[in-house]
Amino acid sequence: MLLQIKNLHASINGKEILRGVNLEVNKGEVHAIMGPNGTGKSTLASVIAGREVFDVTAGEIRYNGKDLQKLSIEDRAREGIFLGFQYPVEIPGVSITNFMRTAVNEIRKFKGLDPLPGGEFLRLMEEKKRLVEITSNLTNRSVNEGFSGGEKKKNEIFQMAMLEPMLAILDETDSGLDIDALRIVANGVNKLRRPDNAFVVITHYQRLLDYIIPDFVHVLFEGKIVKSGGKELALELEEKGYDWIKKEQG
Amino acid sequence: MESPSNKILDEVTQGDYKYGFVTDIETEFAPIGLSEDTVRYISQKKNEPEFMLQFRLKAYRHWLTMSQPHWAHLNIEPIKFQDIIFYAAPKKKQELSSLDEVDPELLATFNKLGISLDEQKKLAGVAGVAVDAVIDSVSVKTTFSETLSKHGIIFCSFSEAVQNHPDLVKQYMGSVVPYTDNYFAALNSAVFSDGSFCFIPKGVRCPMELSTYFRINAANTGQFERTLIVAEEGAYVSYMEGCTAPQRDENQLHAAIVEIVAMKDAEVKYSTVQNWYPGDKNGLGGIYNFVTKRGICKGNNSKISWTQVETGSSITWKYPSCILLGDHSVGEFYSVAVTNNHQQADTGTKMMHLGKNTRSTIISKGISAGKSNNSYRGLVRISKNAVNSRNYSQCDSLLLGAKCGAHTWPYIQVDNKSSIVEHEATTSKISEDQLFYCQQRGISAESAIGLIVNGYAKEVLKQLPMEFAVEAQKLLSISLEGSVG
Repeated sequence: MLLQIKNLHASINGKEILRGVNLEVNKGEVHAIMGPNGTGKSTLASVIAGREVFDVTAGEIRYNGKDLQKLSIEDRAREGIFLGFQYPVEIPGVSITNFMRTAVNEIRKFKGLDPLPGGEFLRLMEEKKRLVEITSNLTNRSVNEGFSGGEKKKNEIFQMAMLEPMLAILDETDSGLDIDALRIVANGVNKLRRPDNAFVVITHYQRLLDYIIPDFVHVLFEGKIVKSGGKELALELEEKGYDWIKKEQG
Repeated sequence: MESPSNKILDEVTQGDYKYGFVTDIETEFAPIGLSEDTVRYISQKKNEPEFMLQFRLKAYRHWLTMSQPHWAHLNIEPIKFQDIIFYAAPKKKQELSSLDEVDPELLATFNKLGISLDEQKKLAGVAGVAVDAVIDSVSVKTTFSETLSKHGIIFCSFSEAVQNHPDLVKQYMGSVVPYTDNYFAALNSAVFSDGSFCFIPKGVRCPMELSTYFRINAANTGQFERTLIVAEEGAYVSYMEGCTAPQRDENQLHAAIVEIVAMKDAEVKYSTVQNWYPGDKNGLGGIYNFVTKRGICKGNNSKISWTQVETGSSITWKYPSCILLGDHSVGEFYSVAVTNNHQQADTGTKMMHLGKNTRSTIISKGISAGKSNNSYRGLVRISKNAVNSRNYSQCDSLLLGAKCGAHTWPYIQVDNKSSIVEHEATTSKISEDQLFYCQQRGISAESAIGLIVNGYAKEVLKQLPMEFAVEAQKLLSISLEGSVG
């Protein structure tokens, strides 16, 4: 099992957001997490990535057999956890090329490998850029600075392709995308699917799941996963709306 | 409440100084303290002509009438001038004619600093870098002088220039920074020991970067060097200066003067990476860096460009300036100043527009961490006759942590109606979001800060010559990192 979350409770500034999340993800699977706004979807993603503003008050997260709580943010990333941000951050003056080169080489160092020679790194960039259909001048620009919403999300998928994570969590990657950008992002994900990795796709709408077909769909409501099922659950949600869940949980 | 990002910042901004070693070299000192005798001693040691002694004595007597300025945003312990040794020189056994004869300890020192004179020499013929190295008070070795002399370029220590080119020294020394200019300039003029001299004749484009490396080694010693660069009509030179010092508990004084003269159509690019010992985490020790740097664009269409990366010194007081006398002349100032722990910096520039259609650009990037204070102080003055002149200034401050300070004092005076002055300023912080984003990609907090800071300073760093840019980038990261050393 790649990821195992048991009875996870997490809070921020004393306010409890996650109230006993249970989730199991195996290699080769794609899970979708859906739910109304403010139910803790992004918090779950941040807690898995190790963001320090959240306090884990109970429960555990195991990843590849390791207790994630004991790992720093960067070590989680180096162990293969990737978070696609809902709101990617701007880093003025730092080109994507430089940013990715730093990331790739720090991860290689962690694994006991030598830095990737410049030429090989550039070839890798070209290959991954083609994969996610991004134009070459984007990578010469500063990380996310002045990017459109679509460019920011494509950049997230490009970084994911570069870092080849074992577990990729995409936090509302579809929000703010037009249909063409959505297709490019989804294609990128589909091309990166392998039997030895897994995806957790957090989304508000069913729309993305027309392009990325999930194996499992979970509904997160008031800090707990209240319903799980196959891809048909997403369609049912689309049809009945989140009020259905709210009533059920009444 | 302390946020996690502040904790990370605190950890990574407590870096150690990696140039803090002392080299064991036999050294010859002047008697401690300052008097007319000290001034005479230095002049005599250097076997100077009478005009130099007279210049020094006039400067010394003038200095006695002055008092230390206190207008800067700096907290300075009183300087005990009678406890300072004003001249220290590595003891020479004989005249040196090749690098092989240089004290191996010295060479080892420069290797530690990352500038191998040996390598520089091997690079001869290629577009290499000519280096003048000044330890304590004396210039140790200038490389490439022969190659340069083929082009008629003079690049030597100031002492050699006094001996071999007294007329040039007489003509230009003090013409941009007179000894009456300010307290520290007067002090320097009285006791300066060595420095670099550079003369590019008419129409010559210097084929390589010229560089001086300054190193304070001896204890209780002040360093007072003087650099003079003259570019004749149509000449071009790019000049680099680097500085380091050992780690000591007491404050050491460094008071330098740099003068640049650019004649018609000439261009001088002056780059500094200043990394004097900044003191320890508690603010003990470190260099007091009081420097007067000024260039004059004397001829029409001339250009002087200052680029500085300031990471060292416990106190920095420095305003590289341009007097834009020639019509259509251009002055530029690009600066990155980093302060950490208890460091204080008050730095900026003066752009004096006197000629018509003169232009100046000021890009200043301050970075403050720890409990440090970082101030930009700048003057843009456009005189009545400097019609159609332009200035653009941008002063940005980046704060790391909650206990540091950033201050900006821009002074602007425009005395005609056809000129345009623009000033922009921003203050920002490294956000927890930025750090988290980098860390989530596997980048450590330390590297992330290095990356973000270098990105912030990019506009200035790209002005540096290649050889220096790499060093400066590393230095910026190291100055703010915890474990690298």
